[in-house]
Amino acid sequence: MLLNQFLLLAAALFAIGVYGVLARRNGVLVLMSIELILNAVNINLVAFSAVRATVGGEIFALFVIAVAAAEVGVGLAMVLLLYRNRRSIDLADIDQLRG
Amino acid sequence: MTVLAALQGFDSLMSGDTVVAQNIAFGILALVMIVAALRMVTTSNVVHAALYLVIVLAGVSGIFILLGAEFVGVTQVLVYIGAIVVLFLFGIMLTRGALGEDEEADTEKRRMAVLVGVLVLVVTGGAVLDSFGDAAVNRAAPSLTAEIGDTIFSQYIVPFEAVSVLLLAALIGAIVVARKD
Amino acid sequence: MTDLLTLAATTASGLSLGITEGGSWLLRNAWLIPALPALSFLGILFFGKRMPRGGSELGIALVGIAFVLSLLTAAAWIDHRDNFEGEEVHRTVAAAEEHADEGHADEGHAAGHPSLAVHNTVTWFELNDVTFTAGTLVDGPAVMMLVVVTLVSLLVHVYSTEYVAGDRRYTHFFAFLSLFTASMLLLVVSENTLQLLVSWELVGVCSFVLIGHWWEEKPNSDAALKAFLTNRVGDMGLIVGVTILFFTVGSALPGQFGSFSIAETNALAGAGRLSHTALLVASCCLMAAVMSKSGQFLLHTWLPDAMAGPTPVSALIHAATMVVAGVFMIARMYGVFFEGFSIGGSSINLMALIGGLTTLVGACLAFVQRDIKKVLAYSTISQLGYMVMALGVGAWTAALFHLFTHAFFKACLFLGAGSAAHAVHSFDMKSDMGGLRKHMPHTYRTFVIGSIALAGLPPLAGFWSKDEILVGTGGWGLFGGTGGNGAYTFMLVMGVTTAALTAAYMTRCIYLTFFGEFRGHGTPHESGPRIVVPLWILAGLAIVAGLLNLPKGFPLVPGSLQERFGHFVEPVAAYFPSISHGTPSWSLAIASTLVVLSGIAVAGWYYFVKVEAASKAAGESLTELPDGLTSRYPLAKMGHTFLVQKYYLDHLYTDIIAGGTKGPVAAAAYKVDQDVIDGVVNAAGENAVRAGNLVYHRFDQLVVDGIVNSSGRASSGAGGELRKIQTGKVQDYAAILFAAATVLAGILIVIV
Repeated sequence: MLLNQFLLLAAALFAIGVYGVLARRNGVLVLMSIELILNAVNINLVAFSAVRATVGGEIFALFVIAVAAAEVGVGLAMVLLLYRNRRSIDLADIDQLRG
Repeated sequence: MTVLAALQGFDSLMSGDTVVAQNIAFGILALVMIVAALRMVTTSNVVHAALYLVIVLAGVSGIFILLGAEFVGVTQVLVYIGAIVVLFLFGIMLTRGALGEDEEADTEKRRMAVLVGVLVLVVTGGAVLDSFGDAAVNRAAPSLTAEIGDTIFSQYIVPFEAVSVLLLAALIGAIVVARKD
Repeated sequence: MTDLLTLAATTASGLSLGITEGGSWLLRNAWLIPALPALSFLGILFFGKRMPRGGSELGIALVGIAFVLSLLTAAAWIDHRDNFEGEEVHRTVAAAEEHADEGHADEGHAAGHPSLAVHNTVTWFELNDVTFTAGTLVDGPAVMMLVVVTLVSLLVHVYSTEYVAGDRRYTHFFAFLSLFTASMLLLVVSENTLQLLVSWELVGVCSFVLIGHWWEEKPNSDAALKAFLTNRVGDMGLIVGVTILFFTVGSALPGQFGSFSIAETNALAGAGRLSHTALLVASCCLMAAVMSKSGQFLLHTWLPDAMAGPTPVSALIHAATMVVAGVFMIARMYGVFFEGFSIGGSSINLMALIGGLTTLVGACLAFVQRDIKKVLAYSTISQLGYMVMALGVGAWTAALFHLFTHAFFKACLFLGAGSAAHAVHSFDMKSDMGGLRKHMPHTYRTFVIGSIALAGLPPLAGFWSKDEILVGTGGWGLFGGTGGNGAYTFMLVMGVTTAALTAAYMTRCIYLTFFGEFRGHGTPHESGPRIVVPLWILAGLAIVAGLLNLPKGFPLVPGSLQERFGHFVEPVAAYFPSISHGTPSWSLAIASTLVVLSGIAVAGWYYFVKVEAASKAAGESLTELPDGLTSRYPLAKMGHTFLVQKYYLDHLYTDIIAGGTKGPVAAAAYKVDQDVIDGVVNAAGENAVRAGNLVYHRFDQLVVDGIVNSSGRASSGAGGELRKIQTGKVQDYAAILFAAATVLAGILIVIV
């Protein structure tokens, strides 16, 4: 197997995740797309780890998983708060900083 | 030109040197993941999106196992599919942004997002092809879980402790943000 | 044996640390003492509400046991100090040029045996080649602090059972009192700076929680926040200082990149193995921590506000123990400070200067307070300044001795103030107190004893410790000079001035509280035994504590009773710098006593004669003369206002420093922009236009104006267009962010 094929797959997932973050209006979906981005990064880390035959990259991937868990917890709490205050989680509605 | 040269490097995938079965497995996984990811960001049903996310995450786990990182792959299933997706489903349920249809994004916004996404893909893909030519993944044996454990608790002990504090902080933060008062 | 040890210390094989792993069981297991109150914290937290007395009995019992253990430990230490002949621990150090001469020569210390500190550690965790340990370092100062903290804590626990009786968070209060005691005890036995840092933060948190005990009232929670945030400023210094020391020490140890060990740090600093610059920077950083925690000038503003907490808390945390943590930290890291600030042989340094200023500043502020606790708070600041100044001039033993005596008389004063306030339900001396002498005889007597001890009249505790500090400045040249570490004459002047001020403000405080007629409502009555008994115990200690360290050569007592405190508390081991001691002189003692008496006389004449007479004339109890200095002289009035406004420091911090960026500075920047920059641009433009008008009138009209107008139109148009980017939607910003980052990454890839 080539390193490149994993990196390209990760790049594709990353780009799809970016699309999701930018295009979706549902707050929960935006968080899910962020998970996609983080997973793309994890694939890269593990692939490099495999090429170098060390475990450093895998450990970083584990840390990323832990951080992702924390991120989802706080992110969903924020979405929940948003829903409670505005009865909507449509990110397009939140534009109080409009110039 | 380097891109073309790099693409020619993929010829070795079909040669007898590399294990064809691995490449076939990779191809299937990659295809399923990309399709599922695309469906996830485009479907109008939020619950379906969460289920597509499960497919992508399972695929990532498969990729990890393919790369010999078995422990990370198993952790991926446990933490992501077991916990995070369930959390998402709870989030969807509690916000009840209609269990069915999600309002579509306006076309202008979607066009912008496609543009940025393609830009990201082109730049990262180009950079990857440019830099890593035909480096091959030829790990002799899967990495040992014991080795990961040893390394975390010796070399990476401080980041490990930091992550544990971060998780605690996130826990408290989530409670503070979401509680009713 | 001793000779062998010193021989081993001077050979190149290793540096002696002045510590031992042996010693009696009590000294090796000092961790039990902080563990008991910690246990009490957990017990009260989980089971307190179900106990018949709300958990207070558990706290008192365990702190009481801790106190007994501390006393036993002290006895063990007294035996150890003179009779221990065990193995000393040595440390291999990196090869460096020999500093054999400037090492820890022991000539300055008269004692025969080195008083090896008892060191006991367990491994906390290991990181590559550095082992992080947790443990205890038990020596004179640690044992002294153990006794003081457990004793005052025990008395405060007992006092609190009456003082906060019926409070809705009674159990919570005792839980945190126990946690505080545990953290403070952990701090004093800390073996390494990391552990010190952890317990330092823990006592800070307890202080925050207890100041804000009645947080429903806004001023209380504000005061708690202020204390916490001010301490953060200093804690930053502590973290930076500890880190610097960690790496500096590492550079002197082979095969190791750092060490937190206090004994190693001090021994290496004392042996001249560490860079002076690093030590100086580290000392300045640690000094910032001391300034915040021990309420030194510029960062002292939180301490008076902290009086919003319950009075027992003020007595325990903000008078006797936590605020002296900074002083104790200097005493603990004295090798570092002694080298860093070059204390031996100079005449001024940062520590002595800050300490000296703080004594004066605090004493002046104590004059204008109406709130009895604030008088005591500023007095505490002033006395802490004394201790820091003493450490700054090299009078280590005097500082620790003053810490010791101050803990008793200041806790006595605070608890007395609390007792008075408990009776009249107010802290305001001018409107709600007065004449309490008749109603509360016990409180009155103990308060007067505490005040005399604080003012420093012989033979009460404060006199001996204060006199020792003045001797330690080494600035007294009359009739048998004192000869300390340097000639700190300036500090001597500040110290003596403060002694007079202290005597005067305590006289004022006593008059306003206990004399005249009662100005409050109802009839106050004496507090119950659980308040009065601790008061009398502390008052008794305030009388006799000073006798522990009678000066050497004091003719009225046998030599075996002289300087007992210094003998047992001051380390003579390798981790402690060799300091020289001043010689006490009768002339200085008499002079300082006269100064104190004059302070009492002036204030006494004003209050007990003039104000008393004016009160009789006016037929009501006055608190000041109707036509006093401040109303007659504008300058005095200005000075008074200056003091009432606390030197405007709070205004400086909140209005100028914090508000500066948004308020005045922004306005000033705008003015500069308008008047200066625009002026330059306009003038240049006008001149150019004038020149153009003269020569190319038509060209100017058509081209220059055209450019100017169109550029204006263009910028307005661009602004209008760019405004659309500011949609306020997070995803639009994210799109710009992603696109820009990608483009930049692309450029980077192409270029590199």
